Amino acid sequence: MKKNAAFIFSNKFLNYHFHEKHPFNQKRLQLTKELLEQSNALTSEDLVLPREASDKEIALFHDEDYIEAVKRASFGQLSDDEKSEFGLGTEDTPIFEGMHEASALLVGGSLTAVDEVLNRRVNHSLNLGGGLHHGFKRKASGFCIYNDGAIAIRYIRKNYNLRVLYVDTDAHHGDGVQSAFYDDPDVCTFSIHETGRYLFPGTGNVDERGIKKGFGYTFNLPIDAFTQDESFLEVYEAAIRKIAKFFKPDIIVTQNGADAHTYDPLTHLCTSMKIYERIPEISHELAHEYCGGRWIALGGGGYDIWRVVPRAWAQIWNVMKMDTINTGPLPRTWIEKWQRESTVSIPNHWHDTNIEAFPYIPRKLEISEKNSKLLNQLLKYTFHVQ
Amino acid sequence: MLVEEIMKTEVITLPPNATIASALQLLQEHRIRHIPIVNRNNEVIGIVSDRDVRDASPSVFIKNESTEHSELDNEIKMIMSTPVITIHPLDFVEEIARVFYDKEIACLPVVNENKLVGIVTEKDMLYTLIQLTGITVQSSVIEVKVPDIPGIIPKVATVFGKRKINIASVLVYPYKNDPNFKILVFRIQTMNPLPIIQDLRNAGYRLLWPNNIPEPKA
Repeated sequence: MKKNAAFIFSNKFLNYHFHEKHPFNQKRLQLTKELLEQSNALTSEDLVLPREASDKEIALFHDEDYIEAVKRASFGQLSDDEKSEFGLGTEDTPIFEGMHEASALLVGGSLTAVDEVLNRRVNHSLNLGGGLHHGFKRKASGFCIYNDGAIAIRYIRKNYNLRVLYVDTDAHHGDGVQSAFYDDPDVCTFSIHETGRYLFPGTGNVDERGIKKGFGYTFNLPIDAFTQDESFLEVYEAAIRKIAKFFKPDIIVTQNGADAHTYDPLTHLCTSMKIYERIPEISHELAHEYCGGRWIALGGGGYDIWRVVPRAWAQIWNVMKMDTINTGPLPRTWIEKWQRESTVSIPNHWHDTNIEAFPYIPRKLEISEKNSKLLNQLLKYTFHVQ
Repeated sequence: MLVEEIMKTEVITLPPNATIASALQLLQEHRIRHIPIVNRNNEVIGIVSDRDVRDASPSVFIKNESTEHSELDNEIKMIMSTPVITIHPLDFVEEIARVFYDKEIACLPVVNENKLVGIVTEKDMLYTLIQLTGITVQSSVIEVKVPDIPGIIPKVATVFGKRKINIASVLVYPYKNDPNFKILVFRIQTMNPLPIIQDLRNAGYRLLWPNNIPEPKA
């Protein structure tokens, strides 16, 4: 019998590691996996090992000389000019030993996720090691070296010829993936993110709509800093439903960055766990409505690795495997183990129960109004879809 | 930045005895709004805009009634504007921005030794100004309120230098109506501005929204 879902994982995912003080920390994968195991949602039968992506597969999106540069970087063989040309050795993407292999494995994880679904072994698959959406054709940026999402979509297009809807709910604009398919009418990209007025990378305006044949297949919803749950969900849900109806995809690829939460140190959005419960539910529903269930979910950003990311990411798996989110208290064993390492107090419940931790936003009404206006601007492009 | 760095060097021109009809055709074909009129020595002797040509064209209400439009057979020199305000390749971009604003025009031919060598439109100008803000570069934005005193910019910039964070652009704004303060807007090429924000706070600088809230958000 075809299973519901596959969880792509290897301990080697944790080798994607810049340095101790870098905010991008793949320990969150281990935290998520153990949270699921200890709440009896994940067993060894669900696990699928990732393969390493070949150079040829990485070259579906990246230039060959860039791939060569990443390989040589490991051995300290890049000149300063090359470093700056390829965005390697910066504060954001420092060079580390074995960076090519570690990055190629994350890409391979996303390709394995694609194969699991498209070889009909499962309906949905989850590669939390992936979702590195800032990687460009020949440049690393924003903690991302190889853009596994873009490569996986190219791989789907080449081998299965399906029309892909890419949905990016990371708090940062999915600029690398958008750039890969900006002129492609068979891949529709939708990114909701904090406005680029202050936040990296600065792009993702509502008027970025694609070019040439791809015009009309790029969607962006740059919401205001300090946006909270209600407004986020209101505009997100309206937009994604309309876009899915407009595009009618054959398969959905989601990038599930978990950095829009109030606790996230890098962004100014102010949501709670509520959005991370709703986002996978909606993806799941749309995958069944339009794609016969075909849904691949990737990780992404997420910099509060104790209080936010494990719960947010575990809920994606809960929805994939059990058709529903988990509720109630978290397993005690899990909390006790990680509380010893964590500098912050690990929450007790799947939901956020400490309402007082969420700041009062004086400009809330104004922010919600601005977001609704943006939604209208975005929806006017799909006005012909009833 | 100099005019020669932003001007277009391939300029579409007409001689003074060309017909208005030929101007109309060029405007439509190349989707442009201005045509410099040059003599045999490539010296600018006039300029016509799409509005000049439209004024000389028959009304849309009359157009369909007769097929003969002899008014379009007139020579272009009859409707060209003269004298023409021109600029030099070595003029500064900010100077010509001022010319555009003060003279309320939308196009400036660039002239060197009396010969036409290029053209700058207000759209080119606006594009250049957008580039100068740094908005097209991947970056995070940090706004710092500082006293308006000499030496303050290098002092603040040192904080970025120490962290090896590249600054994509710096803008200096007045602070509301208070002449004692300025706002420095830094676009920095990093996705993780936290260490910088902390350093700036430790150094006693005041950050503006949304980075002025003590702990990350709550």
